[in-house]
Amino acid sequence: MTLERRNFLKLLGAGAGVATAGLAGCATQQRGPASASTRKVVVIGGGYGGTIAAKYIRMMDPSIEVTLIERNDHFVSCPFSNLYLGGLMKDLSPLTIKYDKLAANHGIKVVQAEVTGIDAAGHSVTTSKGVFKYDRLVVSPGIEFRTDEIKGYDMASTPEIMPHAWKAGPQTILLRKQLEALKPGDNVVISIPLAPFRCPPGPYERASMIAMYLKQHKPGSKVIILDANPDIVSKKGLFMKGWQKHYDGLIDYRPAKKVTEVDTRNMAVLIEGVEEVRGAVINLIPPQKAGHIAHVAGLVGDDKKWCPVNPMTFESTLHKDIHVIGDSSIAGAMPKSGYSANSEGKVCASSIVALMNGKEITEMSGINTCYSYLSAKEAVSVTGVYRVNKEKNVIEAVPGSVGVSPDLSEVEAIYAESWLKNILTEMST
Amino acid sequence: MTMKWRGWALTTGVLAISAMAQAAPPTAAMLSNGCAGCHGTNGGSAGPSMPSLAGQSKEAIVDAMTKFKSGARPASVMGRLAKGYSDAEIAAMGEFFSKQKFHATNQSLDPAKVARGASLQEANCSRCHIDDGKEGKDDTPVMASQWLTYLQMQMADYLTGHRKMPEKMKEKVDPMSKEDLDALLHFYASVK
Ligand SMILES: Cc1cc2nc3c(=O)[nH]c(=O)nc-3n(C[C@H](O)[C@H](O)[C@H](O)COP(=O)(O)OP(=O)(O)OC[C@H]3O[C@@H](n4cnc5c(N)ncnc54)[C@H](O)[C@@H]3O)c2cc1C
Repeated sequence: MTLERRNFLKLLGAGAGVATAGLAGCATQQRGPASASTRKVVVIGGGYGGTIAAKYIRMMDPSIEVTLIERNDHFVSCPFSNLYLGGLMKDLSPLTIKYDKLAANHGIKVVQAEVTGIDAAGHSVTTSKGVFKYDRLVVSPGIEFRTDEIKGYDMASTPEIMPHAWKAGPQTILLRKQLEALKPGDNVVISIPLAPFRCPPGPYERASMIAMYLKQHKPGSKVIILDANPDIVSKKGLFMKGWQKHYDGLIDYRPAKKVTEVDTRNMAVLIEGVEEVRGAVINLIPPQKAGHIAHVAGLVGDDKKWCPVNPMTFESTLHKDIHVIGDSSIAGAMPKSGYSANSEGKVCASSIVALMNGKEITEMSGINTCYSYLSAKEAVSVTGVYRVNKEKNVIEAVPGSVGVSPDLSEVEAIYAESWLKNILTEMST
Repeated sequence: MTMKWRGWALTTGVLAISAMAQAAPPTAAMLSNGCAGCHGTNGGSAGPSMPSLAGQSKEAIVDAMTKFKSGARPASVMGRLAKGYSDAEIAAMGEFFSKQKFHATNQSLDPAKVARGASLQEANCSRCHIDDGKEGKDDTPVMASQWLTYLQMQMADYLTGHRKMPEKMKEKVDPMSKEDLDALLHFYASVK
């Protein structure tokens, strides 16, 4: 808490309305923990979680200053990127958002910078553009890959040959180009890591979309799925049904096949170090963990992978005044999805605003709704409403709210399009 | 002075304690904000198959959610999600959205259809869909400015019998041609 930030002139400079609120706060003294006009929240990551936390804090209490720090000047959505891989979209522009409207509409300071460190005791973050102080910090950096668990995997060069495309952008475009260049008759390998990973149904949707593309454009080619898990992780019955209906013989699903080694020169992967599988295109999705910055900042728990949080507020159990949301957090029964990250962003915003105003927090209520496409026109969904089980102190699904579609559905594909439109509009305006 | 407050907060531990111990039951905003990922911030939808909830009548929202929950109204995700909320929570969410600013949509609509719809509405529907569908009456929803795609999907559900039409509506709809119905939906979508 530097005195400089409490500078009275700055306070006045913050705008008439805000300044008045700050002065009113002075008059009533003991009420709140900090002067209204100078309280600062920093948000790391302008993706599904971070944009929403930043926006809703400003919507709920415009006297809190919010700075959103993101390394890129735009964000490409992973949701629907499988449709691009399947050839249903000509480029990634429908999946790309910018931050200018979000910043202008809500008075969020958006800084394009790489966050390199968090000083939890000193309440500041270090970035490529200098140091930013905070009273509370929100961390929503998405995922990082546990590439050290795959022998021969080089962080820089391997994904250029065997793309993961599990962060949307150049990787997605690379995988698409490789699919286009595939010689008919050659095979595509998709390697799925052990759960938990970002988007449980995502790899199976991807297999569906790639199979759809092969069916149309690459006669004789098929998809070989090497799944480290003992079975399809999400929406199993629906994927099996869709594959049988549309891609019979085109998807070779192999459970309990954990890739432990890569051989990029021979375009091969090794399962448990012994069984070799080759592919002309290899979409190697490595096992995952919380975003790199969460590890650097000591926010990761005993599992060395994910960040433990208070399920009510998403405040880290390891560092005070730091909240972790989205894929990086351990959110109990909530899956690592974009919709969960969105919902967690709002829960976190509500808690932060309450805590910063010395008010009682509200019990969390979260939602997940996530669609997967099986063909150009059919999608299926999974849903859930989530609350904290206070005895166990963990987020659980409300009975009855969790479930999947009864069947492949054209109507759900139409709803899914609006899902994307609305959630990206929420994040960008 | 602010330094003093900060010190006060830290010594009393007010920041830390409040996170764990007392949490009030979910507020209407906490419950409703979760819906916004699909229905838009504060219920103003940007997606043509997803209805706006902003400014919708409380009764219409409660009626829809209650029927989703019981299965009386056909649904995909809503049939499951509605089961996540108690009746009191559904009422609170209905209230929350009814108080949000009406969300006017900009849709490109065939003006001839809009005009034809306007006269049909006046003659047939205006007793329940009052003020050009801008106002909800009891469980009659606000129709004004709703996305055309959404309205068409609902009408299709009515016509196939998936969704049950209220008696009074059925009397009016049954004799109408598909073209007339479509014109009516164009009209409601156009109202700002
Ligand atoms: C193929 C695929 C399909 C998917 N489909 C769906 C779907 O249909 N529905 C669904 O709900 N979810 C889906 N998901 C999951 C969804 O993408 C993630 O769950 C979601 O993005 C998580 O949000 P987040 O905020 O945790 O991370 P992200 O959205 O990834 O945002 C993290 C942001 O932080 C930035 N960042 C990270 N570290 C730093 C740093 N040190 N400095 C500055 N910036 C930093 C990154 O650049 C990024 O912009 C899918 C995922 C994949 C891979």
